[in-house]
Amino acid sequence: MFRRSGGHCVATFAHDEVRVLRKVAGEVVGLLTDGMDHTDPVVTRLFPDIYPDRPEDSQEFRLYTEGDLKTGKIDQAGAILAALPDEGEGEVRLDGEAAEAWLRAINDARLAMGTRLDIQADTDLADELDDAVLHDPGSSRVFQLSVYAYLGYLQESLLNALPEIK
Amino acid sequence: MVGMALPQVAPVETPEIEEVPAADRPWVTIVWDDPVNLMSYVTWVFQKLFGYSKEKAEQLMMDVHTKGKAVVSSGARERMEMDANQLHGYGLWATVDRA
Repeated sequence: MFRRSGGHCVATFAHDEVRVLRKVAGEVVGLLTDGMDHTDPVVTRLFPDIYPDRPEDSQEFRLYTEGDLKTGKIDQAGAILAALPDEGEGEVRLDGEAAEAWLRAINDARLAMGTRLDIQADTDLADELDDAVLHDPGSSRVFQLSVYAYLGYLQESLLNALPEIK
Repeated sequence: MVGMALPQVAPVETPEIEEVPAADRPWVTIVWDDPVNLMSYVTWVFQKLFGYSKEKAEQLMMDVHTKGKAVVSSGARERMEMDANQLHGYGLWATVDRA
């Protein structure tokens, strides 16, 4: 988890955390680069229609903006990959700009996972996780739910480690 | 001692409310509630992007959270499109509509 140290946000990640963060950031990059499927609910959530009742206007706007938006999202996921140690455990030190990129990228990853996991407003993560473990402790759903919960704590810790906005 | 005179109350004429034609009404950026974004993150985005005070940003975030949506900015259409696009960059669910 992140803490404030001087002008930086600092975290020490264990081997497993580094591996999970690399995987998650890599998946976001993959989702955005492998010719995006606009019927995929994750893509719909990351690139919402700007005019919900006017598909044509939304489509026209998308034509001019989606490329840059996508590049921005790939860059911010790239900021996670760039700051992490290649392998093994290690410390990550983020300046203000890098911390913002991490926040945005963690958020994209949470949106993608939350959509796939069908997280709803009344979803209790602890209950979901208990159910999933009871059903099959080795399932991918258990892993995904744990990572999703972990990313929420990590994002919150990074927000708390940022200097207060004046 | 002098008693206080009652204030002179002049009858107020009710101004006629003219209907503003839809084409002249400004546009708004709306942020919608979603089950994933952290409340603290949404507040931070409003501060960062719009330069709103923490109090105002928190109020807007609570409006989104409790009412399902909130108008976060208003003005010219192109400006609102830019705001919504930037909000999408932060992962917030934003749309544009007439005020």
